[in-house]
Amino acid sequence: MDIRIPIGLLFAILGLILAIFGLFTINDTELYARSLGKNINLWTGIAMLAFGGMMLYFATK
Amino acid sequence: MVETFTLGFLDYAIMAIYFFFVLGIGWALKKYMKSSAQFLEGGRNIPSWITGLAFISANLGALEVFGMGASGAKYGLMTAHFYLIGAIPAMIFLALFMMPFYYGSKARSVPEYLKLRFDEKTRGFNAFSFAIMTIFASGISMFALARLMEVMLHWNFHYSIIASAVIVLVYTYLGGLKSAIYNEVLQFFLIVIGFLPLVIIGLQDVGGWDGLTMRLNEVAVQKGYAAGTWTSMWKFMGSAASNPMGVDWMAMFMGLGFVLAFGYWCTNFLVVQRAMAANSMSGARRTPLIGALPKMFLPILVIVPGMIAIALMSSPDKGLILIGNNGQMDYNMIIPTMLVHYYPTGLLGLGITALMASFMSGMAGNVTAFNTVFTYDIYQSYIRPGKSDTHYLKVGQFATIFGVAVSIAAAYVAANFNNIMDFLQLIFAFVNAPLFATFMLGMFWKRTTGNAAFWGLLAGTTAAALHYSLTIAEGKGGWLAQWVEYPSGMAQGFWTAMYAWTVCFVITIVLTFFTKQLKTDDDLRGLVYSLTPKTHDETGIVWYEKPVVMAAIIGTISIILTIIFW
Repeated sequence: MDIRIPIGLLFAILGLILAIFGLFTINDTELYARSLGKNINLWTGIAMLAFGGMMLYFATK
Repeated sequence: MVETFTLGFLDYAIMAIYFFFVLGIGWALKKYMKSSAQFLEGGRNIPSWITGLAFISANLGALEVFGMGASGAKYGLMTAHFYLIGAIPAMIFLALFMMPFYYGSKARSVPEYLKLRFDEKTRGFNAFSFAIMTIFASGISMFALARLMEVMLHWNFHYSIIASAVIVLVYTYLGGLKSAIYNEVLQFFLIVIGFLPLVIIGLQDVGGWDGLTMRLNEVAVQKGYAAGTWTSMWKFMGSAASNPMGVDWMAMFMGLGFVLAFGYWCTNFLVVQRAMAANSMSGARRTPLIGALPKMFLPILVIVPGMIAIALMSSPDKGLILIGNNGQMDYNMIIPTMLVHYYPTGLLGLGITALMASFMSGMAGNVTAFNTVFTYDIYQSYIRPGKSDTHYLKVGQFATIFGVAVSIAAAYVAANFNNIMDFLQLIFAFVNAPLFATFMLGMFWKRTTGNAAFWGLLAGTTAAALHYSLTIAEGKGGWLAQWVEYPSGMAQGFWTAMYAWTVCFVITIVLTFFTKQLKTDDDLRGLVYSLTPKTHDETGIVWYEKPVVMAAIIGTISIILTIIFW
């Protein structure tokens, strides 16, 4: 079993969920008041999606 | 007022997806568990980048996340000594000089190496003490996780213990050591992504590194220390009184940097087991070096949040208040408090999942080390030798269940001790500190005898207990008398370790001259430096993957970091 596949899948799924939630709440200033106004759900989601995609790419390559 | 919050559906969904993957890895590996070697040793076919990350992640349990966050607030950047001088030289030494003996001798565990090199009683002493220690450490992780969930999420303490135990049990029972190692890698990445946004946002909040330094200078002056004490590593270690750790450079360099670090990283089977699961000799030697690279940068994730927290707490405009037990300030709650302070729904679920992952990797690491030592070094040696491999596979699986069950009991015992870190440090100093002296003499002096090693080890452990009983620090120790008072528990721990190591080293050498060597040179081949052919890397390894080159790069980076944050 190549461990990069479950790692890539997990990060891609969680990243996608966070990014979509971040997009849906992009104007929710109350939600992001505690994170200094930054939509960190969106940015963390994108970073996780990229990392997960990279893991899956190397595993399948 | 302490911030209150509730987890949303999204937070719970993130947790559920993560645990589905964790259990799925165990399930996927179940079909490979056909022999005791597969179950207890990971089949010795795991790539070194995986064993290297597991080497670090197995150590990323309750002590690291809670203890280092708390120490970051209490002592500042000095805590990073645990990641540089307290880890890197020992990891390099393990990779270059000790892994060839561990891996090449085909010993299946560290206690088994002691049996091959010395004798049965030395192995027995190490195996039994290690088995007890790992189960207690696993129980502490379990207790800390349950207490965290109780304070943060108001989950039932007993249900949290059972839930975490069941999850760890399922994936270690199904997939053995390999499942634990694979999950440790998964947990490592999750911990990085879960805590990194916290550091970025926190640093922004205090005005970047310069803003943090300025605020911490105020904290230092308020507490009666020189400005810069919280943001320097060595500058204020001239005397124990000039830094909040209460440790001088000698205790730091010899106590932590030599005795404790080498005792832990070079002889503790919990971490050495990861390297022994690698797919080749050079892979086994690369394992600690691959682990050393992220290790040097972990302070960013676990110490800097503590420093940010103490800076925010001292600024009235920021109003950060620690989540505490019964309204009392609890430094161990710094990381959870910061998560709640900064993370919105969604990322909060990820952050709490990362916290749970760190505790579970600590638990699983201890359970898998326990089941190997129990099966090979206790059961196969003393209870039922000469049985079939299938029998030992079943015993290994039973030992996993037994280990988790005893961990649950240990979690309730640990509930009676307030300061997790101090207590772990104490146990660690008594048992582990003299151990490196035994290994050093065993590996590099072929004359060392089994009887001398055993009695030296016993003398070292006794010296540790005696030193602790005759000295006092922060109201702890001094059970027999109070000859010396140390400025801090950490200083007392470091000096206890130094006394233990020295007594073990001297007694072993003296007794060696009065006892007969029962092992022949042939017996010791592959176990002692002077009798073992020099290790050559396998052909086809590119230059930057050679252990010596990697060690030089790691050593250089650690020196540069030390100079930057001197």
